[in-house]
Amino acid sequence: MLRNSRTERLVALVLVAPFLAIYLLAFVYPTVQMFRISFTDAPLIGTGRWVGLDNYLRLDNDPMFRRALWNTAYFVVMTVVPGTLIALLIALGVSRLKGRFQAIVLALFFLPYILPVSVVYLIWDWTLNFQFGIAMHVLDWLGIPRVPVFKSRVWFLPAVAGVTIWWTAGFSILLFLAGLRSIPMEIYEAAALDNSTRWTTFRRITWPLLWPITSLVFTIQLILQLKIFDQVYLFSIGGRPNDNMVLVYYVFQKAFQQNQGGRAAAVAVTLFVLVVVVSVLQFQLLRFAERRRR
Amino acid sequence: MNAMAAKRWNVWGGIITALTLVWAILWAFPLYWGVISSLKPDDEVIRPYIELWPETPTLENYIDALTTTQIGAWYVNSVAVAVGVTIITIFISMLCGYAISQLRFPGRIALWYLILASFMVPTSALIINHFVLVANLGLLNSWAGIMLPQLIHPVIIIVYKQFFDQVPKDFREAAVMDNASEFGILFKIYMPMNWGVTTALSIVCFIWTWNAFLWPFLSVTRTEMMTITVGITQVNDAFGVYYARQLSAAVLAGLPVALAYLFFQRRVTEAITLSAGIKG
Repeated sequence: MLRNSRTERLVALVLVAPFLAIYLLAFVYPTVQMFRISFTDAPLIGTGRWVGLDNYLRLDNDPMFRRALWNTAYFVVMTVVPGTLIALLIALGVSRLKGRFQAIVLALFFLPYILPVSVVYLIWDWTLNFQFGIAMHVLDWLGIPRVPVFKSRVWFLPAVAGVTIWWTAGFSILLFLAGLRSIPMEIYEAAALDNSTRWTTFRRITWPLLWPITSLVFTIQLILQLKIFDQVYLFSIGGRPNDNMVLVYYVFQKAFQQNQGGRAAAVAVTLFVLVVVVSVLQFQLLRFAERRRR
Repeated sequence: MNAMAAKRWNVWGGIITALTLVWAILWAFPLYWGVISSLKPDDEVIRPYIELWPETPTLENYIDALTTTQIGAWYVNSVAVAVGVTIITIFISMLCGYAISQLRFPGRIALWYLILASFMVPTSALIINHFVLVANLGLLNSWAGIMLPQLIHPVIIIVYKQFFDQVPKDFREAAVMDNASEFGILFKIYMPMNWGVTTALSIVCFIWTWNAFLWPFLSVTRTEMMTITVGITQVNDAFGVYYARQLSAAVLAGLPVALAYLFFQRRVTEAITLSAGIKG
């Protein structure tokens, strides 16, 4: 028996080793290094002097950092809540359909999610193109003046938020559909017998029973959108990235364009802490809600 | 339910279904529009009115994209990286998931919590140090460099562990009695039982890697080493923009993942709901 458990340990070690090696090298080590260089004035590649909290203190009156923080928050607000609600509406609509028809309609809503961000960018850059975009023809037809969406300071983030909702809704729709499917039919049948209206049925049955999924979708979206970079970077090509600064973009700019690894790391740590705090908070809230319901 | 209420219920039902349908078509319209525009000759693309079907459909934009850009090389890079990441990730995650689920060893619980916790860490915050690491290893502008930071998907381990947990303990005990080796047990008993989840996870892992932007964008500076996802956004012409050609490049970049989804629709949905922690 003793020999057995020893072989078991040995086998376990062999099985876990490949993952653990890559995990330590490409995950733990970079994380530790990120914290370490955030206290130095290191360039992107190379070592720097220890400067203590200097990089963090500078962030406090760095207008670009403030803008990045503010824009990220603005973007999160514009994507997370509307995105979750839109996905819920679509899922409610799709869940009524049956069989093959449902699969096709779902595919229409889901396809954008499966595409690379650069394809999404090219398609929307074309659709909203100031000169030739089909959306501008529609605006002309409605008698609304054209807007150079991605060159405009006011419209840039809302437009990118809209595109992002379009791109990522498919994922949330899937989760909502899975949630809707797990609500037993009998409850709805009972509600129908009671002559309850559609709205009452939704408010009294669907919404409360779907709540765990809603909060899950909300959290996943929140964490995803805090890390916004790709779309903002792509739609800013040829535009004014500084106006549309978001946190990850600022990390990128400081590290890769201004060669200030240490200061970029301080921004990265801020983002890191923000995401971890949000995750933990959300997890606690979920547990709290769960307990209250019992 | 009285007849009036039933009727009202049905009319509303019909309206909601119709709205859903219209919405779905509008939702997918930009995709259609992108594809259609890529099939139009240059002069038709920029006509100042809406033309839902090309007057003279042409593949010249595709030929143009294939011959004047390095899209061929980008394709090779994307396929190599996506296949490489998928095979390695699935393999190491499966081994690790199996060990955590079925074997008793010191540090097992600690490892499990470490994996769960890494769920929260935003990889985009690690870009600086990923870059430093890969640069120090001399792997910038290489497939291995693009792949390395993408090999960690805690979700896949978590899903595997949950699946292995469901296999009744008797299987393992019986096999151990028969003197089967631990590796034999994993590859001959546990893996075949979970082919479904392995395929599903492989497909989404391939799609995730194919679609990755930030890291491939940072780790590659040489045009011929770019993945297609990055390549199609980085190359512009000195003489204006050829919209139709750009769109045909976009179609080429999106096609493999779109097809993967359409062929394996059920598997993809299964894997995505599983990766969010819901049983589909």
